[in-house]
Order: sequence, then structure tokens, then C-alpha cells
Amino acid sequence: MSWLTILGDYTFQNVVMGAALLGIISGTLGSFAVLRGQSLLGDAISHAALPGVCLGFIIAGSRHMGSIIVGAMITGGLAALLMLALTRMSRLKTDAALGTCLSLFFAVGVVLLTFIQGMNNASQGGLDAFLFGQAAATLRSDVWFMGGITLAALIMLAALWKQAKLVTFDPEFARSLGMPVTLIDVMLTTMITLAVVVGLQMVGVVLMAAMIVAPAVAARQWSRHLGGMVMIAALIGVISGVSGATISTLGRGLATGPLIILSASAIVLVSLAAAPGRGILWELVRLTRQRWTLHSNQILYVLYQTRLEQDENERSPWLGRSVFTVLALYRLKRQGLLTGSRPAAGRRQARQWRLTPDGVREAKQITARFNTP
Amino acid sequence: MLEAFFNNAELQIMLVGAMVGTASSLVGTFLVLRGNSMLSDAISHSIVFGIVAVWLLTHHQSGPVQLIGAALTGLLTVFLTELLASSRRMKQDAAIGLVFPALFSIGVLLLNLYANDVHIDTHTVLLGEIGFVWLDTASVLGYDVPQAVVSMTIMLTLNLAFVGFFFKELKLSTFDPALARALGFAPGVLFYALLMLTSSTAVAAFDAVGAVLFIAFAIVPPAAAYLLTDRLWLMLALGALISTAASVSGYFLAVQWDVSIGGMMAVMTGVFLLLAFIAGPRYGIISQRVRRHRARGLASS
Repeated sequence: MSWLTILGDYTFQNVVMGAALLGIISGTLGSFAVLRGQSLLGDAISHAALPGVCLGFIIAGSRHMGSIIVGAMITGGLAALLMLALTRMSRLKTDAALGTCLSLFFAVGVVLLTFIQGMNNASQGGLDAFLFGQAAATLRSDVWFMGGITLAALIMLAALWKQAKLVTFDPEFARSLGMPVTLIDVMLTTMITLAVVVGLQMVGVVLMAAMIVAPAVAARQWSRHLGGMVMIAALIGVISGVSGATISTLGRGLATGPLIILSASAIVLVSLAAAPGRGILWELVRLTRQRWTLHSNQILYVLYQTRLEQDENERSPWLGRSVFTVLALYRLKRQGLLTGSRPAAGRRQARQWRLTPDGVREAKQITARFNTP
Repeated sequence: MLEAFFNNAELQIMLVGAMVGTASSLVGTFLVLRGNSMLSDAISHSIVFGIVAVWLLTHHQSGPVQLIGAALTGLLTVFLTELLASSRRMKQDAAIGLVFPALFSIGVLLLNLYANDVHIDTHTVLLGEIGFVWLDTASVLGYDVPQAVVSMTIMLTLNLAFVGFFFKELKLSTFDPALARALGFAPGVLFYALLMLTSSTAVAAFDAVGAVLFIAFAIVPPAAAYLLTDRLWLMLALGALISTAASVSGYFLAVQWDVSIGGMMAVMTGVFLLLAFIAGPRYGIISQRVRRHRARGLASS
């Protein structure tokens, strides 16, 4: 297959568009979920969407996208409500409430799935697809549906932007301003449910958790502003969606959902390591540089102190022979702050390190800095 | 008597359900108390990767090799999660949400690539089929015992022994990790041992109930028990009792309505949780209301 035939392929177009839409909506809303410390809420809601999918199927009698989506939204919302009730009104903590809702709603979904299988309905095929996602089966009408939902969520978010920002970073302050914090909470959770619903077809209920978390965590590395983070998260979502879909078309029958997730995970790893400022590699470089500077400063300080206490002809102090010290000494010599000469008497003796006038000036500054409290 | 039991599929299914429930709620209790419930979610999903990897390496689909492989996968999951969280660039829940989908994806892709003709079916891994446990039997002492009964007996014994032997240590390191460390109990080691048992239980259980329903058995009965009592031993006992009751009632309801047996058992644990949530003696909603009402009455009189 050449590139052109692939690009012209109808199924491929559908899959890529679906994956890109999923990337946009999950990256955008995932940013809020991660910043609010609710990374696993998406996981719970996506598992809880399964009974809704089944109910939608039972009521509509066919695999009609609309009824399935409404069902998924209703049970996803119910699960979020039950979770809120369990944490607010009992002594269970968030993690236990999440786990409870996730597994119980999923169990109801499994029961309903078997119930549907008992109905012997010919069009039930493809319902299992919601467990793992079945990107290849995406229809053009599904893509329109996903596009509509994404657009709706984005408009909602744009309208609520300022409030959502404040509630995310300082809910107490928002409450003291008289903002309806609970309502905004509910709106944000609803929008996450929308994102999950879009993802069901593409990656399935199990992998949806990563679609919420991964773009947001990666984007957090690259930006310090909410707006920037949300944009970058959406972009990362699109990149991982499109690359996952492309690889699965080119590869030999590899599932699309897992490939999208792995692309997103790879982007997270790169971002964690190499993003400027917050990247782990940069931090290592910074730490090493600091250690070097401290070491050089210590050497200059020691030489300067002994110079004050001894006269010129005495031997220079013992500086240690660790690799660090030796390297630091030669570096200082190259900078013209030290002279290192071997004493004439015997070649076997250690070098005598002395401060040059430049070195003395530098050492005086360091001493002043060391001594200021 | 034994003969009758081993020819009775109904009893065997209920027994397996009760054993899965008891074994997983034993370890689940400590996860709930430590606030790490979602680790059971992560472990039960990423075990798919472990199962596929062990199968590719050794071609064992069940048995001790799989149990050990699962335990190692569980450790790997937790280790990666802690590693990501300790980079201080994300919280622990975000790390969980990154690690298990990645491992699960790798597992599914490996299946795609190498295992077109295996019995490992991702569907079964997620959902399980407890109704068929009595078909897959092994011969023990001349009896044909279901495979699941054998592996669950092993896991139940291991978990009971672990909790029994280290009851004091587990209690201390769950409720006061700082003191446990000061007294030299190594709470970290204990925690990792607990998680290894959790993942082995998950892999032993998933033939029967699947990965997601394992979470229901590991989290929901302890959570319900936590709403009923303040005592650790009572919480463990209530957890076991609730999961047994859920298995038996779930089985009959499932047969009645002709639906998934494992799913119905898990739903029943949820029913018990709701009962405890609404009508629990001290922490239930009703008794909270009553107490508040009485306090108001005292204040006004």
C-alpha cells in the first residue's frame, strides 16, 4: 500500500478523525481532572459506562450510537454521584469509593451483557467492542457524533473557563466569592463523562483511564499556564491518537486502542525526561553543575584560608585525590585561578597548588559569600 | 458425602465464589484501610501483561509458574507507580492511571502478535466464567477436583497464614506506619508482600471471575465491613462473611434470571455495601440522622 491509497482509504479516514477527536476532548478535560487530583475518575466513569451501553442497547434494540451514548452518560453520571455520596456521607475514603463504584457498575454491566446474549438478538454483535474499543468499526456517522460531542464540551468549557480555573486551583476562595462550586464540579464531571463516551468506541472502557491522564501529565511538563497546558494536552492527544491509528493500519492487525495508549505513554516518558525546566534530565544536569561549582568554591576557599595562615614557602594543604577533586583542580588551573607546580626536590611529591592573583580575588568573594549568614 | 460434592456443579461454583471472595477480601481489607484500594484495580489489569509474558516464555497457562509471574507483575506495577510518583511530577493516582493501561496495552498487543491460537482471550481475562469452573478438573487424592478449587485453596491458605502470622505487624503498620518503622517492623516489606499476595490471588481468581470483578471482591466486602465495625479482626471476619453470602445469593439470582454468575455475585457484594451504608449500626445514614435528631432535641429542650 502506498501512502496515497492509505490516506484515501475511507475506514482509515474515519479512524483517524475519531482518534483525533478523542485526543482533543480527553486532553482538554483530562487536564482539569489531573490538576484537581481526580485522575482516576475517568477510569471509574468509563467502567461505569458499560451498564449504560447495555441499557441503551436493550431499550433501542440495536447498536444505535445515540441511545448507547445517552445510556453511558446516565450510568456514568450515576456512578459519579454514588461516589460523591459514599465519600461525603460515610467514612470511606476516595480510593475505596472509586474502586467500589468502578467494580459494581461494571458488574451490573456484565450481568446486562449476558442478559442481552440471552435475548438472542442478531444485532448484538459489536457490543463487546466497547470493552476494548473497536476503532476499525467506526462509521462516518459515529465520527459526526463524536465531533458534535467534542464541540459541545469545548463550548461548555470555554463558557465556564474562568470559573473552572478558579474552582480547580482554589475552591475555597471560589466559594467565598459566592460561586456555585458544586455546580461547576458537576459540570466538569459531566464533561469528563462526555470525553469517556467519545473514547468508548476508540479505545474501550479499560484503556480510557490513560487517555484522560497521559496527555495532561505530559502537557504539565511543558507549560506553567492552564491555557497553555490545555492546548498542549489536546495537541498531544491528537498526536497519539493519529499515530496510534496510523501504526495499526500499517501494522499487521494490531489493535488500535492499545497503540494509541502506548503512543501517549511514550510521549509522557519523553516529556518527563526532557521537557525544559521540569524534565528529569535537566534537573540532573543542574544538580551536577551545582555540585561542581560547590566543589571548586571549596577548593579556592581552603587554599585562600591556608594562605592567610601560612607563609609562602610552606607546603600547600592536602586536598584529597578523588577524581572530582583532581578534575576540579585542573579546571581551575585552566581558568587561570590556580598554578600547579611540582616542587624541585622530588618528582614523587604531590603538586603544590597556589592561587594566582585572579584566584585570590575570586576566593575573597567566595569567602565573603560563605561568611554572610 | 465427598463424592456427592464433587458431582455437584452448583455447590462447586458457590464454593469457588466464596473462596475467591474470602481470599481477596482478606488482602483487600488492608488495601482499603491504607487508602490504596485503586492499586487492586491497577494490579488486576496489568496482570494481563504478566499472564501473556509468562505464557510466551514458558507456555504455562495456569499453575504455580503463573502465580509467581503474576506476583512479579503486581510488584512491577507498584514499583513503576511509586517510581513515577516519586519523581514529584505527578500524584500517585495519576501514576496509577498511566502504568496499568500501558502494561495492559502491551499485553493485548503481544497477544495480537504471537498468540492467534491461544486460549487466552482478553474477554475471558476481563470477565471470567465461573459457571465453567467444574469442567476444568485436576485429580487430587483420587477425586476429580476443579482446578479453580485447588488454586483458590492454595491462595486462601497463603493469605490466611500471612494475615494470621503477621496480624500484629500488619495492624501496626496499617494504622501507625511511623511507629512500626521506629520499632523496626519494616512496613515497606510487609506492604510489598501484601501486594504480591494480592496479585497472586487476582490471577488465581480471574479464571473464575475475571480481572474487573476481582476488584469488586477485593474492595467492596472490606468497604462494607469498614462501615460496620471498628475492630480489625471483626472487619476481616465480616468481609469474609459478606463475600460468602454474596456468592451464594448471587448464584441463585443468576440462575433465576439466567445471567452471568460472577457478575451477579459482584452485584450482590454491592447490595450488601448499600445496606451497610444506609442501615449500618453506627456509621449508617439512618443512625447518623437519628443521632443528629436526638442531639437537636437535647439542645432545644
